[in-house]
Amino acid sequence: MREITFSEALGEAMYEEMLKDPTIFTYGEDIAKQGGIFGAYKPLLGKFPDRIIDTPISEEVIFGSALGAALAGMRPVAEFHFADFIFTGMTAVTNQIMKIRYMTGGQAKLPLILRGPDGISKSAAAQHSESIETIFMHVPGIKVIIPSTPYDMKGLFKTALHSDDPVICFEHKLLYKIKGPVPEEEYYIPFGVADVKRKGKDVTVVTTSRMVHESLKAAENLAKKGIDVEVVDLRTLVPWDKKTVIDSVKKTHHLIVAHETWKRGGWGAEIASVVQEEAFDYLDAPILRVGAKNVHIPFSPPLQDFVAPDHEDVENAIEKVLEGA
Amino acid sequence: MDYSKEFLQGLYRTMVRIRAFDSKAEELFLEGKLPGFIHLYIGEEAIATGVMANLRKDDYITSTHRGHGHMIAKGADMKKMMAELYGKITGYCRGKGGSMHIADLSIGVLGANGEVAGGLPIASGAGMAIKLKKSDQVVVAFFGDGASNRGAFHEALNWCSVYKLPVIFVNENNQFASTERVQETTSVQNISDRAVSYSIPGVTIDGNDVIAVYEAVKSAVERARNGGGPTLIEAKTYRIKGHFVGDPTLYRKKKEVQEYWRIEPIGRFEKRLEKMGMLTDEEKEKIKSEAEKEVEEAVRFAEESPFPETATALQDLFVDDTGYDYY
Ligand SMILES: Cc1ncc(C[n+]2csc(CCOP(=O)(O)OP(=O)(O)O)c2C)c(N)n1
Ligand SMILES: [Mg+2]
Repeated sequence: MREITFSEALGEAMYEEMLKDPTIFTYGEDIAKQGGIFGAYKPLLGKFPDRIIDTPISEEVIFGSALGAALAGMRPVAEFHFADFIFTGMTAVTNQIMKIRYMTGGQAKLPLILRGPDGISKSAAAQHSESIETIFMHVPGIKVIIPSTPYDMKGLFKTALHSDDPVICFEHKLLYKIKGPVPEEEYYIPFGVADVKRKGKDVTVVTTSRMVHESLKAAENLAKKGIDVEVVDLRTLVPWDKKTVIDSVKKTHHLIVAHETWKRGGWGAEIASVVQEEAFDYLDAPILRVGAKNVHIPFSPPLQDFVAPDHEDVENAIEKVLEGA
Repeated sequence: MDYSKEFLQGLYRTMVRIRAFDSKAEELFLEGKLPGFIHLYIGEEAIATGVMANLRKDDYITSTHRGHGHMIAKGADMKKMMAELYGKITGYCRGKGGSMHIADLSIGVLGANGEVAGGLPIASGAGMAIKLKKSDQVVVAFFGDGASNRGAFHEALNWCSVYKLPVIFVNENNQFASTERVQETTSVQNISDRAVSYSIPGVTIDGNDVIAVYEAVKSAVERARNGGGPTLIEAKTYRIKGHFVGDPTLYRKKKEVQEYWRIEPIGRFEKRLEKMGMLTDEEKEKIKSEAEKEVEEAVRFAEESPFPETATALQDLFVDDTGYDYY
């Protein structure tokens, strides 16, 4: 199968759906001329010039206007530039987009997407490195997609472009350039269906985004020690695939939840709670979480490496959980 | 122009020092020696220099992602700045902030913001504190043309006008917000026109003319110190370098940039001083070589300094971290 990058996968998804659906348009800061700061829109450059719009630095309006445009019959895709700057327009998301359908007794359809980069990169420091997906799992009202491969990026995004509910998509900065197999034929990936990225029988690692790759690396390293790790990529957090996770735990009896966002209060805590509520008897050891230490992402490379989790943290957690934690 | 040679050469020296620092930062970044992003102040030196010539050490500023020039003009130590760019423990922020967040609270720099317009509400609060303490300090909030389209800018102007706060809003209109030209995203011809909506004085000046900046800020500072409230000053300039080092700059032509190199602030001021007989070739060379030496020493200091111990990552969040769970 041919291989394309994560950002090309996003561009292709947009291109294919924009050809079919004239109500799709996209806007945000710095997307129309250089294809976005991480190149995600490069495949769209020169196509649909009036449907790719550079906007002022006005995040509350970028997000709030997506709601207005959706209510008025369009399908906007608004870019948040950096996940950290969602907060500068947060009220438009949590107080408007996520509430209006419910508040109006189900009158509104909201075919809109908010998307953009999150996570660490090469020393972007505390205001350009956050992963904040948990918040959108905590506050009800938006679907959360967080892909880890070009294949998943394209399939999930195409589904998002057909959703009548609002969707937020987190694209990890360190993934944009990775390559992976993506078929030429059109396909869609439904929300709420996890993908078992590696089958194993000793321990389950539930994860998303960059940490999928770190977990696969951990699994490979531990395979040399005879430990057989199953890596479950949730792909979407709202909704999340409880069944696949619990089935895996029934098989391995050990669970690790790994994410880049802070360990404390991160979405891993939610997964862990649900599993112990619903599958307690299948667990042979306490569930362990892997996440960033509870400080901000520091600038200096050795400090960033220390604060943000990687495959070694996953390996340590796996060894600990297999010792009975 | 009735200024002493000492004063004029002081302005010139500050601009040259900023240029030397940022030229070096660019070079080091391109050599792969610096992590992160670097936003250069090259071509905008007259603004920080002309502003800061009006400020006392106890006056405050809020800086931006393009803040190296603000720091140098406010009196920062280049060694600690350079060490921060390298992510070393001897840097101003102990390696936690990097280029975008270099700050020195002891000289009144209330943070450098990676969030566009993030400093304007902070400057407003410092203005409130000054008013409540009945002191005669002032605050200068630096921000870009792009920042003037954020709600935080409009809310802060209204706020400072209503409470008559001693805040000077200095807009560095370098004509671009990353890849976007100011005209494409901004409803007014001059950003200073926006002052009218908030009933405060607004002026547009040539931001590449250090004396024009100095004089405009001087009257704003006098008014602010005397309880006259805020001013919006738009200093028009041009960002002759990319948005960040490594920016492919596909959004403009090389020729346009070359045109602006012709009116960059240092060369212009140099000619003016020479014409006035206020700067000899010898003095010029001395100022330049001193600046370069200062930068070289800063680089040496930074390179010889150690990286922070990983344990320091778990410091500096709280004053009292009793009971706090870092893991
Ligand atoms: C709230 C927010 N939105 C977006 C960004 C990304 N960003 C960083 S700098 C920049 C352009 C800023 O332009 P301007 O205010 O004119 O300052 P300049 O870089 O030209 O000095 C943008 C969009 C950001 N840092 N903060
Ligand atoms: Mg600008």
